[in-house]
Amino acid sequence: MNDKISKTLAFKLGALLAAMPLTANITPEQRGLEIAVEVDLRDTGFGDTKAEMEMILANRHGEKSQRQMAMRTLEVEGDGDKTLITFDQPRDVKGTAFLSFTHKEGPDDQWLYLPALKRVKRIASNNKSGPFVGSEFAYEDLSSQEVEKYTYKFIRDEEVDGAPFHVIERYPVDRKSGYTRQVVWVDRNRYIVTQIDFYDRKDELLKTLAFEDYQQYLDKFWRADRMMMVNHQTGKQTELLWSDYQFGNDYTSRDFDQRSLQNAR
Amino acid sequence: MNSDTPEYSTWTERLADRTLRYRWLVIVGTLFFVFGAMMGARNIAFDNSYRIFFSEDNPQLQAFDALQNIYTKDDNAMFVLTAAKDSIYEKDFLEAVQWMTDEAWKLPFTRRVDSITNFQNSVAEGDDLFVDDLVPYDVPLADKELKDIREIALREPALFNRLINDRGYTTGINVTVTFPEKSITEVPEAAAAVRALSAKFQEKFPGISVHTAGVVMMNNAFAESSQLDMMTIMPAMFIAIFIIMAILLRSVFGTLAAGAVIFFTILSAMGMMGWYGINLSPPLASAPTMIMTLAVADSIHILVTFINELRNGRKKREAIIESVRVNFMPVLLTSVTTAIGFMSMNFSDAPPFRHLGNVVATGVMIAWAVSVFFLPAFVSLLPFRIKARSASKANLFDRFVESLVCRRVAYLSGSVAVVVFMAVMIPRLELNDQWVQYFDKGMEFRDHADYAEENLTGMNNFEFSLPAGESGGISNPEYLETLDRFANWYREQADVVQVNTLADVMRRLNMNMHGDDPAYYKIPDNRELAAQYLLLFEFSLPYGLDLNNQINVDKSATRVTVTTKDVPTKELRSLIDRGEAWLVENAPAYMQVKAASPTVMFAHISERNIKSMLGGTFLAVVAISLLLGFALKSSRFGLISLIPNLVPAVLGFGAWSLLYGQVGLSLAMVSGMTLGIVVDDTVHFLSKYLRGRREKGLDGEDAVRYAFQTVGKALVITTIILALGFGILGFSSFQMNSWMGQLTAIVIVFALIADFVLLPAFLLTIDRKKKAQRIEQLDMEPEPIYVRS
Repeated sequence: MNDKISKTLAFKLGALLAAMPLTANITPEQRGLEIAVEVDLRDTGFGDTKAEMEMILANRHGEKSQRQMAMRTLEVEGDGDKTLITFDQPRDVKGTAFLSFTHKEGPDDQWLYLPALKRVKRIASNNKSGPFVGSEFAYEDLSSQEVEKYTYKFIRDEEVDGAPFHVIERYPVDRKSGYTRQVVWVDRNRYIVTQIDFYDRKDELLKTLAFEDYQQYLDKFWRADRMMMVNHQTGKQTELLWSDYQFGNDYTSRDFDQRSLQNAR
Repeated sequence: MNSDTPEYSTWTERLADRTLRYRWLVIVGTLFFVFGAMMGARNIAFDNSYRIFFSEDNPQLQAFDALQNIYTKDDNAMFVLTAAKDSIYEKDFLEAVQWMTDEAWKLPFTRRVDSITNFQNSVAEGDDLFVDDLVPYDVPLADKELKDIREIALREPALFNRLINDRGYTTGINVTVTFPEKSITEVPEAAAAVRALSAKFQEKFPGISVHTAGVVMMNNAFAESSQLDMMTIMPAMFIAIFIIMAILLRSVFGTLAAGAVIFFTILSAMGMMGWYGINLSPPLASAPTMIMTLAVADSIHILVTFINELRNGRKKREAIIESVRVNFMPVLLTSVTTAIGFMSMNFSDAPPFRHLGNVVATGVMIAWAVSVFFLPAFVSLLPFRIKARSASKANLFDRFVESLVCRRVAYLSGSVAVVVFMAVMIPRLELNDQWVQYFDKGMEFRDHADYAEENLTGMNNFEFSLPAGESGGISNPEYLETLDRFANWYREQADVVQVNTLADVMRRLNMNMHGDDPAYYKIPDNRELAAQYLLLFEFSLPYGLDLNNQINVDKSATRVTVTTKDVPTKELRSLIDRGEAWLVENAPAYMQVKAASPTVMFAHISERNIKSMLGGTFLAVVAISLLLGFALKSSRFGLISLIPNLVPAVLGFGAWSLLYGQVGLSLAMVSGMTLGIVVDDTVHFLSKYLRGRREKGLDGEDAVRYAFQTVGKALVITTIILALGFGILGFSSFQMNSWMGQLTAIVIVFALIADFVLLPAFLLTIDRKKKAQRIEQLDMEPEPIYVRS
């Protein structure tokens, strides 16, 4: 395992180093990638996590609806993470479990266990830009943010309320993405993302995602307790509240296979 | 100069005298006013949404807003593509559809694009659920695969008769847009982009023809039709008016002077519209033509008297003062009554007509002021060379009056019979507002919408947001079954083109989950199953093609959309009513809702406006009758005047019933509005009649003769001008305006006939009965306030 980590580290450091000597005339693309790599690097090595999530959906009118889920993540070195999401609420989907293997390249693998049918169904679709359980989050917004899924460009450095930020743009590699670009605010001290503006296919501002109440775990890894997504075009919004973050659960890939889906809860 | 000025006995003469003495001040003052008012025109923009026709408290608008708040606030634009080779199921054609679909995503304010190619088709293969574009990006060539695509498309309720039909040579690409509603240029911007894309497509795929339809294009057509009217109707009106004035006045400078009055009046009235904060919408586009027409009537009275006085050998200054003396009060009175008539439109539920009424009322009052102050001052500066000659004594009306006198009872009973017959015709009228048909054939929007209607799908729809009673309740089998039966019931009704419902998605998913077994193309039989299918399906959908536009956030309601042919309002309302009744009979209480949509809003618009205008028209009748009673200084004649004032509207609507058989929104305004205009004829006729009896001591017959001799010709002339002006409006490309113009012209002509036939016949008849005692009494009555000599 250590071996794997060091390999990735070496690759990432290499990428950084390759850019370093040219700091003076480095291209905005290189600078953007550099920042993205740094963000990724600082979150590398968390191993696995487990957390509860509560999703509160609201329409323009203020009508609300709530979903309750639990999410487990297993960090996979050299590829995207594995995630397992189990549903608690609404009642009629309780026990439904969603398993996904993110990949650095190509479509992710996705399965869904339907307790009412007692079967695991593979979702053989390249679509990941659709709304996640009817919310304003797309699956692609929530899935593991691998560096390779975008190309980057550094835009500017700025201060917001006295805190320093890098502002970079990233462009999805997947042509089926719902976005042309995303503008990302990266906290310069902690290298964590605090805000993302999503631009749709006609390059209009579609949504804004704000990460709030970051907590640090294991003295290293930052996780936001609250994520707020606002759709500027429809006026709908979704609030995502995280709780009970647990690291070091000693998950293995056997906890993330099709069989594990059926008794995820 | 001053010492030469004779002492004038009336205040109107003194006023005219002052006006002439300070003529430069009057002219400069007028120019300042016109200029100041014109500055307001900077604020005017084009309103472009069907929504402007509905007030904030319109119940149908509120229902539709409520529905849009639950789901999304959508408008749509549709491209209709027609294949050259008779079939859309060809590789080349499908690639063109794909290209257009991709490009449509980039149109401004687009939120969703639906086409036959990006339809999310679900297929099962063992335990794998494939959800993908119906036509993949590398379009298959093989006949077998193309045939599969065709079969799936024809079977799919969400596509059939919406984006494709069984005729197979057209397909639609529906673009859903959400306007931020921050800027007034959003609609034209979107429409221009839609057209630019059509042009680009046409260039790239010359074999395929493109038509555009949808609400975005309709909204844009409102602005375009206003502009078209401004560019065609207004110039036509200008030319017609100048020709008439040239013929009537036979004086270059007279025509010039009247032209200046009209020009200044329009500029300042439209400028005032800007100061009022009113935007231009199709009804408002007819304001300049109306104001022009009414302004002519004012200035022509003053000019005709002035030129006649010149012909009679008076000096210019004296002729001007005499003209102002004779016309000041009548023109004021007729302007005020006309303004009241137009202001009755404030009772309308449709804001553009309130605005129209106020702008025209403003214009009418400005026209009066400009005619009595600026016009004399301006005329006094112009060199008039008119030969004095004796006025011809021959009267056109003599023979007619003789016949009236001899056969008064026949004329009266004949008139009554005609009025009764026309009144009986009125209830035959049907309310009809088909918004596509608001626009003339020949306008791009109308022609394209008609094409889409004939070759692909319906342009009208209405929606039901059906609650499921509880959070997540849309997965309840009973709910889905009811939804399914409701949709199927509508599908069996005549004129229904397509019904869109979640029930169809559920049936297909259930089939997919059972290995695509057609036996399972039905509603899942338990709630968890349905909810979990939906969850699975939602995980598989791409950006923009989700179900959020059909399901509310709480999953406690879904939206059913019924698309219909463009049928008359009566049929449409019956279709809606029967659907609502079906829900009451067959669905649980929480599902019993009303339909909403722009189509529903237009289906009720005339009725609602007629109801609201009843009050307005009544008030106008009361106000104008009081004013007349006061002006004629006789409550008796104020009451008698009601007959010729109300009869024209009855005759007009009766004739309309015979001509068209249907009425729309704008006609609700006509009775109140025309009342203010037709009353002028009555005022002139009655005041001269009374003057004949009171001042000249004539008996009833001679008084009628006198009235015809003095105002007969003037009334014919103003009627011609007014009928022509509103008749020209009848050529508007926008049905509301054209109908309003036509009916108003008809009413105005009937008004003259009523004043020339019914009114004198009535006066002669009652006169004979009470001849002896009336004369004495009449002599005691004071003369009408403005008829002094």
